[in-house]
Amino acid sequence: MARSASTAPPRREARDHAVIRFAGDSGDGMQITGSQFTVETALAGNDLATFPDFPAEIRAPAGTTFGVSAFQIQFGSTDVLTAGDELDVLVAMNPAALAVNLRDLRVGGTVVADTAAFNERNLLKAGYAANPLEDDTLAPYQVLKLDIDKLTAEAVKEFGVSSKEAHRCRNMWALGLMLWMYGRERQATVEWLERKFAKSPQLARANIAALNAGHAFGETAEMPADIVGYTVAKADVKPGLYRTVTGTEAMAWGLLAGMRSAGLERMLFSGYPITPASALLHTLAALKQYGVVTFQAEDEIAAIGAAIGASYAGSLGVTSSSGPGMALKTEMLGLAIATELPLVVIDSQRAGPSTGMPTKTEQSDLFQAVLGRNADAPLVVLCAATAGDCFEVAIESVRLATKYMTPVIVLTDGYLAHAAEPWLIPDVDALPGFPVRFRTDPVGFHPYERDPATLARPWAVPGTPGLAHRIGGIERSATTGHISYDPDNHQEMTRLRAAKIAGVAADIPPQGVALGKAGGALAVLGWGSTYGPIHQAVKQARADGLDVSHVHLRYVSPFPRNLGDLLRGYGRVLVPEMNNGQLVQLLRAAYLLPVESLSQVTGKPFKVATIVEAIRASLNGGRSARKGGRA
Amino acid sequence: MTATAAPLQPKDYASDQEVRWCPGCGDYAILKAVQKTLADIGAVPDKTVFISGIGCAARFPYYLATYGFHTIHGRAPAIATGVKLANPELDVWVITGDGDCLSIGGNHTLHVLRRNVDMQILLFNNEIYGLTKGQYSPTSRQGTQSPSTPQGSIEHPVSACAFALGAGARFVARAVDTQQAQLVEVLKRAHAHRGASFVEIFQNCVVYNDGVFDDFTAKEVAPDAQLPVQHGQPLLFGKDKRRGLRLDPRRLALEVVTVGEGGVTAADVLIHDQTNRTLAGMLAALEPPDFPVALGVLYHDPATPYEADVYAQVAAAGEPAGGMDELLRSARTWSV
Repeated sequence: MARSASTAPPRREARDHAVIRFAGDSGDGMQITGSQFTVETALAGNDLATFPDFPAEIRAPAGTTFGVSAFQIQFGSTDVLTAGDELDVLVAMNPAALAVNLRDLRVGGTVVADTAAFNERNLLKAGYAANPLEDDTLAPYQVLKLDIDKLTAEAVKEFGVSSKEAHRCRNMWALGLMLWMYGRERQATVEWLERKFAKSPQLARANIAALNAGHAFGETAEMPADIVGYTVAKADVKPGLYRTVTGTEAMAWGLLAGMRSAGLERMLFSGYPITPASALLHTLAALKQYGVVTFQAEDEIAAIGAAIGASYAGSLGVTSSSGPGMALKTEMLGLAIATELPLVVIDSQRAGPSTGMPTKTEQSDLFQAVLGRNADAPLVVLCAATAGDCFEVAIESVRLATKYMTPVIVLTDGYLAHAAEPWLIPDVDALPGFPVRFRTDPVGFHPYERDPATLARPWAVPGTPGLAHRIGGIERSATTGHISYDPDNHQEMTRLRAAKIAGVAADIPPQGVALGKAGGALAVLGWGSTYGPIHQAVKQARADGLDVSHVHLRYVSPFPRNLGDLLRGYGRVLVPEMNNGQLVQLLRAAYLLPVESLSQVTGKPFKVATIVEAIRASLNGGRSARKGGRA
Repeated sequence: MTATAAPLQPKDYASDQEVRWCPGCGDYAILKAVQKTLADIGAVPDKTVFISGIGCAARFPYYLATYGFHTIHGRAPAIATGVKLANPELDVWVITGDGDCLSIGGNHTLHVLRRNVDMQILLFNNEIYGLTKGQYSPTSRQGTQSPSTPQGSIEHPVSACAFALGAGARFVARAVDTQQAQLVEVLKRAHAHRGASFVEIFQNCVVYNDGVFDDFTAKEVAPDAQLPVQHGQPLLFGKDKRRGLRLDPRRLALEVVTVGEGGVTAADVLIHDQTNRTLAGMLAALEPPDFPVALGVLYHDPATPYEADVYAQVAAAGEPAGGMDELLRSARTWSV
């Protein structure tokens, strides 16, 4: 029965997952577009992972390639742990966005381009000699050429907004089209727009109209025959109440939960603005009603200094930074180690050295965290694997810092800080408590008397009657706490400081296997935000019958007690890291194992395919085509 | 626990540690004055915290029977800020030297004064790096010969009190280590001020910079070279208190006059107003030999301390009705 195209029901095909990327100018609102697509996707019941990728420049010159801002999301009906290797759909709001992002689009994938932005000036800025929408540049792809600017202007004209304001609504038009393409609802976005533009209702109405127009265009328009809509079934996940969460949010709430579990009334969070760590300061600054006092210090040194002062005075002292700021905090970390005070330091790693690439992710502060201080200065280092994992790792950092009277560095990174994922909301009242015991008894008190089990000294807080004492960075007697330059005493204190941190290994879970089994031909060992791509790669390789397992570290200082034995059970160990092989060196030093490095420092997360290829190469005897193969 | 006992004496604030400064060091005199101050104000040792950076002066906390934290070079104000934010009830004192306070720690000094965090900052200014064996410091006078400046230092020194005033300090005072009565008085007033109090104490380094302040502290010159300032009192000095300061309005500058000479009367002499920041700046800038050194409370104009405003914001934030459960649900949620 023939029906005209315009009245045909929307054609939809089923997909088990999809990867889309919104790309445009810094001012095109791609991050909020992606974020709203994420919310609607989460509400549709898909598992998902996101990757916001934006320039360091706040308002880069319009139309330039270095001003391109992008937001990528993968969603699906099975577990999704990465934002995806290859794009199914690229929304390009201008030529620069197309130029920068086209290489990530799979052959046969879809380009949605706003033709209005492909003018001579923008093409020139993007480095195109000819319009790629009109030559064979996009021949391998499906192309949906739409004058989104004009379509948006028509949709919003009844609201009397200026042409500039109308132009700024076109991201909502594009969002509406993509929500149609994947069969998502719009209600959460409508409500969000109403809140966001509560003070200018005509802007709210214009944006909502643009959103609806984009959606209606997909629903009713005479689309090219090769453009269809898709359905993606709900993911089969653990039952419960979910929300989306970024690593920054989960970290902030984990710190609050840790403070509660420790029975502490107050947290002092002090920071100095630095990308990408500032978001944590912003998040906690809005949570004063939960017992946190935030302090924007004059520099990184003062930020950690105030946190140490707060811990000394009986609060939970927390500071946060990124690589260059961590370098500035180094001397203070030594003071916290010497005075044995609890302290949590969150390091959102970014590409370096020096200023490096502030908005790009990397894992290259591992050495700095574990080793980067003058003298023998051990402390605890934890790593968060996913956005949701930041919550648990933050709680664990508070537990270990207060129980062992030590600084704890938590390594996260720019990717985790901004990436969002669905999160099963935990029951905070069911979290285990680990109440701190402040020293109050003056009888027999001295400040460096140690708990024989943990080797921790007492937390004796100023204001406590009868416990007035002096501490400082000068070496002190292991027995009285007074200043001591005694040679044997320094030997003993150095031993005690090391033994205390080494002893933490007895208080953490043995290292488990994230996927696969203990023992076998190959373990892929990771830490931090590489969890997603490693997990997916190992899953794929195992589906292909390869004998490979995924082991993922949360604790890198000290290592779990069984780690050496666990790794010795595999024929080979492959370590993908977003640095030049730092964990590899630590493992070799600790266990004399010939672990193999897979290094990538592009400022972007690993692709699953890269790790699958390295797994195959390793199992074939280490003949990796990639640099950083078996050393 | 002891029952209410007799008021503590200065010696009760001494710790059991042997004092290790050089014999004759001005720090002994300051320690004595601080102990007397603590006794006079009835300081509770358990609620008192002395925090220091690095340098000779920074050993100070070890010698007091209060809580003490000997931190790292230049950073005491940052740690003290954290202490005060964690527990505003504590009485916090910062002990610092000229290198600690004005060189490596200059940034922290600037900001703790600007923020007006409630603490007493005692700068032991001896115009030299003592503990590292005698290099010139940021307050050393131009031409100071030292191991690192064998031909004499080139730099212009920073004026500690001018720096503090510029940073926005609301209590700025000066004293001399060995002039105990005035020093104790200044310390008591610093303690009484709510907010950051900045006290510059001229402290003689007997080993590396001995006598550097003799031009205004030596007994024979002191009366003519020192101007003790008192709020509401005329700015008079000299043995017979006939010399005084007058404002020359044409140059907007202070000048030394003698009452009874050249038609100058007592009414011509400026009256000290401790709330006048401009006058405080002029007084801080006076230097021998043309002018006396102004001592005492140069500036005192209180404002709400930082930590009080911080906790006002915390109080304004209120109590979360739904606790953390509500926080974690403060977004779109969905049930699976």
